[in-house]
Amino acid sequence: MYYQPEIETASREEILKIQNEKIVKQVRHVYDNVKYYRDLMDKKGVKPEDIKSVDDIKKLPFLTKADLRDAYPYGLLGTDLKNCVRIQSTSGTTGKRVVAFYTQKDIDLWEECCARAIVAVGGTNEDVCQVCYGYGLFTGGMGLNGGSHKVGCLTLPMSSGNTERQIQFMMDLNATILCCTPSYAAYIGESLAEAGYKPEDNKLKAGIFGAEPWTEEMRRSIEKSLGIKAYDIYGLTETSGPGVAFECEAQAGMHINEDHFYAEIIDPDTGEVLPEGEKGELVFTSLDKEAFPLLRYRTRDICVLTREKCSCGRTHVKMSKPMGRSDDMMIIRGVNVFPSQIETVLLNEKYPPNYQIVVDRVNNSDTLDIYVEITQELFSDKVSDTQAREKALEATMRTMLGIGPKVHLVPPKTITRSEGKAVRVIDKRKLHD
Amino acid sequence: MAVKQLSVFLENKSGKLIDAVKTLADNKINIRAMSIADTKDFGILRLIVSDAEKAKTALSDQVLCAVTDVIAVEMKDEAGALCGILDVLNKANINIEYMYAFTASTANGAYVVLRVDDNSVAESVLKKNGIATLNNDELQKM
Repeated sequence: MYYQPEIETASREEILKIQNEKIVKQVRHVYDNVKYYRDLMDKKGVKPEDIKSVDDIKKLPFLTKADLRDAYPYGLLGTDLKNCVRIQSTSGTTGKRVVAFYTQKDIDLWEECCARAIVAVGGTNEDVCQVCYGYGLFTGGMGLNGGSHKVGCLTLPMSSGNTERQIQFMMDLNATILCCTPSYAAYIGESLAEAGYKPEDNKLKAGIFGAEPWTEEMRRSIEKSLGIKAYDIYGLTETSGPGVAFECEAQAGMHINEDHFYAEIIDPDTGEVLPEGEKGELVFTSLDKEAFPLLRYRTRDICVLTREKCSCGRTHVKMSKPMGRSDDMMIIRGVNVFPSQIETVLLNEKYPPNYQIVVDRVNNSDTLDIYVEITQELFSDKVSDTQAREKALEATMRTMLGIGPKVHLVPPKTITRSEGKAVRVIDKRKLHD
Repeated sequence: MAVKQLSVFLENKSGKLIDAVKTLADNKINIRAMSIADTKDFGILRLIVSDAEKAKTALSDQVLCAVTDVIAVEMKDEAGALCGILDVLNKANINIEYMYAFTASTANGAYVVLRVDDNSVAESVLKKNGIATLNNDELQKM
């Protein structure tokens, strides 16, 4: 099932034609309206007329999160404020907030992208779509809410939090599609079990989970606890919000909405464009944004693009699940560590997705402590058994990560549950700097 | 005959123990004997209580707990009594994972709870040497 079959299954030639037409206009629009980027282009000696097709995008200068902060709040605005109808904003957890602007057309296109994602997981106007991403400045709630309306689902605009009420609405109103962060989905699954519900008791069939990195193991764990198929969705406030890319029934990579966003993979050190299939930093160029057009925006997400034919019939390029945003990457004793690697080990070893990673510096040496909840199945009355489990996890982690962590098994419900983006990592080193 | 021990996993933090013990009190569960194994991060509380299954049900919403079979042996409350029991187990190469003792106002008066890998092997060795093990009913009647 497709929301916009013509474009979602268009041939490569058709997609390229659309992209080439749009990029010429988009670059002209940016050059004429955004002084900040015009200066970058002038500095690099690139004129709008140099960009004749998407092949020429590589000539354009990059934009980074630092540029967005420098240009805050209006520096990258591509149209008069009177044409804008809304802002959305990042959570600001990795520094200063980013504020993105939208015209009504920008919102319509964004919501269409979200609608494609909902239809891709089987959504129709007969579905009940429970959106428990946060509503408000965060793009998650507003984006999926709009997409759900476009598809014609009965939309439950729950926002995040109040899990008891989430469960009540889910059960009473027979929600069939759940939209939230993966960590909140896991928590809802856990809470349903605590309330005495089995996975088959709910009417959910699919979940659209994004806004934070999650692993394949986490997907299986959520699917089991809720009795659903779990799908990934990708987006950034900078590029509009969720729906830039979404998973189809194949559950093998996310189709990028190429008629609106042009994707490149670059070598994060040299900035050089890498060929298809190589791992590198994902860079997006908007093709038809009015209020907040971004050319060559470096996402800092590390992933792979593939044009391999997809069984779902969609022709748009697919991106792999990001291996983690470079913001998430921890450098511990000189070794690069992603929280997703730790999550993979824990779930493979049958631990629950309830964990917290604490990085600190003691006597000038980095320490890595992993707190994970023990389950009924893993509990023993013997101290030696529990300590042996900790040691075994430490050994597996050491092999996986290249550095040795200290593992602490803690009682159930000790790790604070998240209703939005989970706080997986506490880096105390920053406090000392 | 093995007896039922309630094992509880607790975070090593102030207030955790009293929360668990209070639940037992609220449910009118009497504690006959107890021991705590502590590490830096966690503790495992082991309890012989008047009704282990009822205690587990009462606590299960609150903490992680399990009912484990352990061996309880009665002995005279006098010097050397424990030594005799341990000697028997040692000679049979039975390793004791952990143990704790309690007293009661009964004829012999002293008891030891033993956690071994294989209860039936330990019991038959003790029996062969004339040392009886207690069952749950006998514990309840104290």
